[in-house]
Amino acid sequence: MTLLKRALAQLCTTAITLFGVAIVVFFVVRVVPGNPIAMMLPPGASAEDISRLEALYGLDKSILHQFVIWLGGAVQGDLGTSITTRQPVLELVLSRLPATLELSMMALVIAVAIGGVLALTGTRMRGTRVEGAIDVGNGMALSVPDFLWGLVLILAFGVLWPIFHISGRASPTLDFEFATKFYLFESVLRLRFDVWLDLVSHMFMPALALAIPLAAIIAQLLKQSLKETMHLDYVTLARTKGYGENSVILREALPNAILPTLTLVGVQFTFLIGGTVIIERLFSYEGLGNMAIDAVINRDLPLIQGIVILFALIFTAVNLVVDLSYAALNPRLRHG
Amino acid sequence: MSKLSRRGMLKLTAASLSLTALPVAGFAADIDELVIAYNVNLPSWDPTVGTSAVNPTIQGIFQSVFDLFIAQNTDLSQAPGLITDWGWNDDNTKVHMTVREGVTWHDGSAFGPEDVVWSLERAANETSGNPIQFIWSTIGNFEIDGNRITADVLRFEPTLFKWMSFLTGYVLPKAYYEKVGAEGFEAAPIGTGPYMVDKFERNAFVRLKANDAYWGGAPEFKSVTIKFVTDAAARVAEVESGNAHVTLEMPYEEYDRLNGSKLAGVAAPVSDIGMVFFNDIEVMTDPNVRKAAVMAVNKQAIVDRLLSGYGVPIDTLQAPGYSAYDASVSTPYDPDGAKALLAESGYSTDNPVRFKIQTTRGFKPKDYEIIQAIVGLWRRVGIEAEIEVYEVAKHFELRAADQLAPAAFYNWGNSIGDPTTSTGFAMFGPSPHSVWDGEDLTAMIGPLWGEADEAKRIDGWKAVDRHIAENALVLPLFQYVQPVLHAKGVTVVPHASGALLPALMTRS
Repeated sequence: MTLLKRALAQLCTTAITLFGVAIVVFFVVRVVPGNPIAMMLPPGASAEDISRLEALYGLDKSILHQFVIWLGGAVQGDLGTSITTRQPVLELVLSRLPATLELSMMALVIAVAIGGVLALTGTRMRGTRVEGAIDVGNGMALSVPDFLWGLVLILAFGVLWPIFHISGRASPTLDFEFATKFYLFESVLRLRFDVWLDLVSHMFMPALALAIPLAAIIAQLLKQSLKETMHLDYVTLARTKGYGENSVILREALPNAILPTLTLVGVQFTFLIGGTVIIERLFSYEGLGNMAIDAVINRDLPLIQGIVILFALIFTAVNLVVDLSYAALNPRLRHG
Repeated sequence: MSKLSRRGMLKLTAASLSLTALPVAGFAADIDELVIAYNVNLPSWDPTVGTSAVNPTIQGIFQSVFDLFIAQNTDLSQAPGLITDWGWNDDNTKVHMTVREGVTWHDGSAFGPEDVVWSLERAANETSGNPIQFIWSTIGNFEIDGNRITADVLRFEPTLFKWMSFLTGYVLPKAYYEKVGAEGFEAAPIGTGPYMVDKFERNAFVRLKANDAYWGGAPEFKSVTIKFVTDAAARVAEVESGNAHVTLEMPYEEYDRLNGSKLAGVAAPVSDIGMVFFNDIEVMTDPNVRKAAVMAVNKQAIVDRLLSGYGVPIDTLQAPGYSAYDASVSTPYDPDGAKALLAESGYSTDNPVRFKIQTTRGFKPKDYEIIQAIVGLWRRVGIEAEIEVYEVAKHFELRAADQLAPAAFYNWGNSIGDPTTSTGFAMFGPSPHSVWDGEDLTAMIGPLWGEADEAKRIDGWKAVDRHIAENALVLPLFQYVQPVLHAKGVTVVPHASGALLPALMTRS
């Protein structure tokens, strides 16, 4: 199968997946307990008042009828109107997506940096107490959930040594009007380093909390790959040529050992985005995850659907890119 | 090309950290800009439609920007606001309202009676999405004469003017709203309130600046930032670190830890109570079981041990300060009496009466633990209750469908303190909020809805509360106390409605 055919097949699969997700989420949110109209009923509302509100929000029709209406709008880019904010859902979720993507990417960068350094250090110091300490640290990082790391970080760097901001994405006192919601990237392009520093100060703790478990996974996997590679003939040959241990690890072993880790990083990125839900809530970070929790609490059905569809779109897009990259790099897959 | 040494790298890192620390340190030292860590998000700026319109927690933000038709004092009593005088004519067929003169909207345009009429007509419109439309639609056919408004009473509603200090009772700008539309208003809302919206980042913060032309006097803090910090631990960290000056709704243990040491605190009762609904199904139709379930609960011990003393035990759905509060109605803790009553119905600790009790977990402070304690107290007298945990959304749905379990924990807010909005809607069978369908109670309450004589109306509700207590139709538990932590440089005045109002905050 050529790469193009593979891409087309993957796109078809993606479309079917998204349609399936749309059906599941639409019906599930209407079946689980919790009715948005009951949530907003004031004291004294009569049966007529309930009917009036149900009609106003289109909830008086059958679920199938509601789905057909919603799907008709969705294919034209209209995901409905949020019940709580009365804003278009698409507009709302797209305004939050950049914040979540920036947070996830920062977490990924931190995870790769920490995981990479630990793996290289562990490999360099293999068989010593340092490697043992790294293994113990990895075990701890994996066994503690990210939200707990978040609380530890708040206590450490928010209260005891308050050098980072605890909540939000940017300081309210900071005035800036950017063209996009990708504040971190745009602040660099506009050379607004005051804004960039403020954003980083807000993002660092949530990103680190997200990154710690992933860093441990990367460290473990990369260290294992490096150790296996270090026994291969070409590495031994490099040693006999007189290369130092650092050069052997960095120049000879790492390029081959890193491939499985890169694949893992791609897959883990989707889980990282999923993990932002709790972390964004903890740090009051204005991303999609925080919005998702509010939507669920308020039973804002159109918004829940929109967020889930967007998450599904991101997951499938990332998987698509990973699959195609893997196919492009692997000749056996590329040529069928 | 020069290489970065390890020492140089350390210096660079330290410099970067110092730079990031600068805004935080500056923030804490400068109290000119008041920062409040708020416990909920603000989904929408329209205070009259959707779920946010009936969310009591958000009202403090709305009331900073918009004025209610009629102002409300900190003890829930009403005071002249945009409407300075109000009432019915002698035969209750017309209402009259006098509108305050010399008030301006945040954009500088003049406020007038047209704004009041437009706001009332909009609220009464069935298609506006106002959840309280059934109250606002009780008057119509408005006429304006100078700054005096009159209207026909389409259906007499004795609490109409009280609702003008309650949910959705806000005055919005007619001309501005018609000019910018709903979306424009959402993007740049204006009101007549003590603060103007300066900047709003949804789910992040709202920055307010003082309305120096406010009719009630300019607020002391010229700039207020309300940060939406929904996690309690993060809110506490915000004030503890000096990033925020005021926060609310934290665990009472945290309040006690920080109050008086680093920070100051104020904890005052608010118009919110904890209660257990009894649904008249299964064993709850047996008066002995209900009465025993009420008598077996030591409310003071629950308040002391689970709420660290921050609560006021109550025996009716009226809290002290509400219009129909009657201290003479009491249901004392009497476990022996409870055992005797259960024995009359053939139950004992060896042969307990069994039913289900539903509760939320984490929706209100210690809600699940409180129900665990109640179930423990019940077990001692011969009641074996099975706890079912559910989300508050499910509670709303089950209550509206009259499908709650025989017992169900809930909290009930009533920030106008009127008996209709507590006992009335919670216990009147035809109300979607009530699960008690007893005809005797419905017959008692029915005539009170339209009672024009205020003294007679309040006495009537007191009699209803007494009847409910004597027959144990509900289990009132306690009035909540709202903890507020703040920097020592700020004085916070609590409002009995629970609204945290920056306009009431001053420098110490």
